[in-house]
Amino acid sequence: MTTLTDPPAESFKLSMLVYDTRYRSYTFQIIALIGVLTLFGWLTNNTVQNLNDLGKEVDFGFLSTPAGYDINQRLIEYDNQDTHLRAAFVGLLNTLLVAVLGCVTATIIGVIVGVLRLSSNWLVARLMTVYVEMFRNVPVLMWIVLAMAILIESLPSPRDFRGDTPEATMKLFDTVAFTNRGVYVPEPLFSRGIGDLSVFGAFGISLDLIAIIVVLIGSFWVAKRIGRKADATQEATGVRPRTWHVQTAVIILPVVILLVLLGFHLGYPALQGFNFQGGTHMRNSLIALWLALSLYTAAFIAENVRAGILAISKGQTEAAAALGLRSNRIMNLVILPQALRVIIPPLISQYLNLTKNSSLAIAVGYMDITGTLMGITLNQTGRELETVLLGMLIYLVISLIISGVMNIYNERKKLVER
Amino acid sequence: MSDTHAETVLFVRETMLEQQEPPSSIVGPVGWARSNLFNGWKNSLLTGLSLAFVLFLLSGLLPWFFSPTWNATSLTECREILAGHEGACWGVIRERWLQLLFGFYPSELYWRPILTLILLLVALGPVLYTDYFPPKLLYFSAAFPFLMPWLLWGGSIWMPIMVAAGFAIGYFVFVALMKVVNAGISLFVAAVAAIVWWIFLAALVTNGIASVVPLVTLEPVPSRNFGGFMLSVTIGVTAIGCSLPIGIVLALGRRSDLPLVKLLCVCFIEFIRGVPLITLLFVASVLLNIFLPPGTNFDIILRVMIMVTLFASAYMAEVIRGGLAALPNGQYEAADALGLDYWKAQRLIIMPQALKISIPGIVSTFIGVFKDTTLVSIIGLIDPLGLANAIRADTAWNGVYWELFIFIGAVFFIFCFSMSRYSMYLERKLQTGHH
Repeated sequence: MTTLTDPPAESFKLSMLVYDTRYRSYTFQIIALIGVLTLFGWLTNNTVQNLNDLGKEVDFGFLSTPAGYDINQRLIEYDNQDTHLRAAFVGLLNTLLVAVLGCVTATIIGVIVGVLRLSSNWLVARLMTVYVEMFRNVPVLMWIVLAMAILIESLPSPRDFRGDTPEATMKLFDTVAFTNRGVYVPEPLFSRGIGDLSVFGAFGISLDLIAIIVVLIGSFWVAKRIGRKADATQEATGVRPRTWHVQTAVIILPVVILLVLLGFHLGYPALQGFNFQGGTHMRNSLIALWLALSLYTAAFIAENVRAGILAISKGQTEAAAALGLRSNRIMNLVILPQALRVIIPPLISQYLNLTKNSSLAIAVGYMDITGTLMGITLNQTGRELETVLLGMLIYLVISLIISGVMNIYNERKKLVER
Repeated sequence: MSDTHAETVLFVRETMLEQQEPPSSIVGPVGWARSNLFNGWKNSLLTGLSLAFVLFLLSGLLPWFFSPTWNATSLTECREILAGHEGACWGVIRERWLQLLFGFYPSELYWRPILTLILLLVALGPVLYTDYFPPKLLYFSAAFPFLMPWLLWGGSIWMPIMVAAGFAIGYFVFVALMKVVNAGISLFVAAVAAIVWWIFLAALVTNGIASVVPLVTLEPVPSRNFGGFMLSVTIGVTAIGCSLPIGIVLALGRRSDLPLVKLLCVCFIEFIRGVPLITLLFVASVLLNIFLPPGTNFDIILRVMIMVTLFASAYMAEVIRGGLAALPNGQYEAADALGLDYWKAQRLIIMPQALKISIPGIVSTFIGVFKDTTLVSIIGLIDPLGLANAIRADTAWNGVYWELFIFIGAVFFIFCFSMSRYSMYLERKLQTGHH
């Protein structure tokens, strides 16, 4: 047996800070920390000095002063005597509005295009490739500006609708008017509406809308219960009771009854004077932004969907077929659940990109958070530091929420391996 | 055997029949069309619809596209030439294409951006196509980053030489120290040496040399004259070139064992990725002057370049981190088993493989960065989109938009599409698996 002797106990030497792996990591981290702290100290010092020279100080008080500017596109009540904070909130809601609209449309277009790109039909597959490459290789800002230019330059102005033989007419059975000032669509009205719910006295949410949503959720829950019960019966007896007509009725009837009770009817836009009155006015800036962002992001989503479907090996389809499943059941039970696991993470990062790209709204004058807080408020109050930092913080919070949701989803859907 | 046959069977064929041609409905164009366009009524319907769509599009587009308006000088003149027909007004492109390419760069100096572009292609050659170019050209590629700003902005040649000298000093310090201490420390000391040179010594030496040697000076061009695609390419190339090394460092930092380094990298990456580029450009245009020492007022294009580079490096870091994570653990262990230290293992074993895996992601980040350079039009730089807005506001061309955006879109498409094709070529070239 060989004898092992301990290495002679070394006394601490300064060179060990660099050469001894026990201490080296601390040395490096302390150097890094000092470097970063110095950098931040230097930046802060400069900022304080510069602000002193300009006679300013960091102060968020401007948020509670009257904004003094109008916002033409808004989801909540706002006029130019409201505060900058409320203007920023209107902008934030506009950002979220276009982000949600864009995500929904982009997903629908993207999934269809992605599936069609894999089509066995040569012509269709090629057309979709052209679409994807065309949108992916040209900047999104150009698509936004182009969409805005098309809407403004090619659509008729409201006065073209006037006269006995107008140059332009309303489309879709005289209900929708496409003009260069925006699109006028019918608006839902309630003759026996139950008013607004005031949230903290700051803004109101239509109680009618809440009622409809609550009823819809309730009926879907009941329909799902009926489905579960049918499942249980099938497990017990082997015979599945026919439930689809009950389920459809449960979903549709309560909403229809509610709508009748609330006195639901559509308010159509009509030409009065030089402009259209009534109906919902969707401004060109919103439509251009929505259209361009959806088409652009859809091209990326299409690629994700295609990659996701291609990632599922053919053996899965064959194995499912060997089990005797029909082709639509194979798609629903075998391919899609696996493909979704591949598709969802990049899909959500595309949603994130779309939300961040919606800040380009400023190029077409859509009043989102960039246009209000970091645009007009910045120019009117001259508070660059506060507005830009606050704007960045808001975007950061939105991004972190979306990626947090993504992480939860990934965690739940993760394959459990050995 | 054969004689038993002769007794029992009347006739046996002793040679194979000639193979017959497959029926003409299976092969050739007809067969291809049947299997790719008309297999089943659904596909036939789709084909019919698509054909109708394509024909409809072409019938409208082709006459519009080939319109004889090349020499028109205003939209009104275009309309006179077209006499009521629909058609493009290409006069705007003929009149403004130089502006769209070079912005307001003085026209007698156009040779400088053109030469820069040619030199850029020469410098990229040995980097992109290692097989077809002599490796010696790589020295030129290394010199190009210092040549480019001098050619574009003009001024004294000593400026870029002094900047390059900083890198040379850093390199020699690094090599000298490598014999004594490990790579990390040498790198740190080398960086410090270079920074000391740039901040404190370069100006002195330049003044000294300038008094002895006559300056080789190009006529300076101020940044406000930069514009058009020249601006996009300048910002794009700089951001692309700088973001890859910074991204690699950030990715390594994020995977580091040192908790503090890791935390710093995570914070930086997540912050940059969490905010839109436009807010970073706002920082560049309005806040950077507040953050820097009073009196500093450096070029807006340089500020934008810094911000776009930081933005790109955060995305690059995540792409490369993906590549590092995809590498099997055995590679790290094998590198350790060979006795390589951290930097050698990264340089010889890990990075070549990780970068190869992440090529598609890296190139799509490049494409994204190049497309995102258009955002500078929002903070007032005159990139192609900014110019398009200016041209559309001109009374002569008020109302023109398709022609301009088709031109701009086509140029962007050529750049971005060739980048994505190159990445496919590179992937095929580096493919070492058995397929």
